[in-house]
Amino acid sequence: MKMVVVAGTPGSGKTSVLMHAVKDLKRSGQKPALVKIDCMWTEDDRRFERLGVPVAVGLSRDMCPDHYAIYNVDDMLQWAKAQGADILLSETAGLCLRCAPYPDKCLAICVIDVTTGPNSPLKVGPLLTTADVAVMTKGDLVSQAEREVFRERILEANPKCRIIEANGLSGKGSAELADLIRTWPDISGEMVLRHNPPLAICTLCTGELRVSKERHRGVLRHLDGFMEYSGE
Amino acid sequence: MKPLTLTILGGVDKDGSPDTVDKIEIVRGEIIGIVGPTGSGKSTLIADIEQFAIGDTPSGRRILINNAPPEPHLRSDPRKKLVAQLSQNMHFLADMSVCEFLKMHAKSRGKDPALAEKVVLLANTLTGEPIDPKHQLTILSGGQSRALMAADIAVISDSPIVLIDEIENAGIKKQEALRLLSGEGKIVVVVTHDPMLALMASRRIVMKNGGMTKVISTSNEEHRIFQDIERVDSWLTTLRETIRQGESVA
Repeated sequence: MKMVVVAGTPGSGKTSVLMHAVKDLKRSGQKPALVKIDCMWTEDDRRFERLGVPVAVGLSRDMCPDHYAIYNVDDMLQWAKAQGADILLSETAGLCLRCAPYPDKCLAICVIDVTTGPNSPLKVGPLLTTADVAVMTKGDLVSQAEREVFRERILEANPKCRIIEANGLSGKGSAELADLIRTWPDISGEMVLRHNPPLAICTLCTGELRVSKERHRGVLRHLDGFMEYSGE
Repeated sequence: MKPLTLTILGGVDKDGSPDTVDKIEIVRGEIIGIVGPTGSGKSTLIADIEQFAIGDTPSGRRILINNAPPEPHLRSDPRKKLVAQLSQNMHFLADMSVCEFLKMHAKSRGKDPALAEKVVLLANTLTGEPIDPKHQLTILSGGQSRALMAADIAVISDSPIVLIDEIENAGIKKQEALRLLSGEGKIVVVVTHDPMLALMASRRIVMKNGGMTKVISTSNEEHRIFQDIERVDSWLTTLRETIRQGESVA
């Protein structure tokens, strides 16, 4: 079994890129199964179902979506196995950009939208810096020079990643991506995360609604960068 | 200068029927046009060439360089890229200054960042309102952006194959831009509706319904017509400039 984790900011084109890659994988005789993780709502499963591959949806609701995706990796792999699949594709809804939902042995793909400007590779943090592949989308909306500057910025953030220029509408780049998935090693043994998640949980996670400073506990950071621990 | 041949091997049109033209070879120094109504697949053909399609695009076309499929790094690594492209985009989205952007682009192409200054000087010969290197890219007008993109291609990208998508809509001096981009010994592929630019090309590929339907060589008669159009065009350019400068034309 191979495992592929696709992450990226909302609207960056994860689903479209993945749909084209699934078509290519099917064409070459692979059996992909797909898990779509979202927070509140999704209907992407219907888009994927049209491709005739097994699809499951996981909504993280009150749990952090990345933690939810990681916590359920074993279940997802079991499910994929029961579907007779040889590749598990997991599309996540990573939102806070502070952690990255990549186990070490999976193929980690970060989808990143060129129109968000050349500073965005520096903003997305571990989502990009710990990925194996950066997929650049929406490149047709900018000039070639801008695409190349964006590419340079990606390499500044993650010098070792492979960059694929893809287009979710035309399917450009999906053949290259599918090829990479096909040749990626199978997962084995215990997997560990590539990146440390943020420090502890916060008061907001446990239901605090009041804004004022004295209501908050845990590892806290002030606007001027000062960090403190407040609590028991 | 090493010899260079660009070959387009036919694929399919929007209905999946094969291209009538199954093979086109283009060599250094040639300007070739792509013509056809909107939606006929001109930009798709340009995109096929830009990404060196290997049957992996919707058209199924394949591009050969010197009669062989290009090496994978030629497709993606900007330092090795054989293709420079002036697309239809008229605006920059990057929130950077002109100078910072050009230096970064030079770096991505493995060139000297000092070339940035030369790009701005050249761009300012193509456009009316001068561009200041300190300006943010996003405030440039459509004409200024296109002029900067064209000058950037001539100076920084400097690739042996240049693809141009509809330069006539750009609000810049189109002939001068085309001359600048066509440089010595380059292969230039230009999508155009403009009779002057189309006849400046030695051949033109005719597109219909996504397919390449025929290739027309520019005849002697057409070349004579080109010279007439050039005279009319330069007269119109003078009139346009006079009006722009707020003067009377007669």
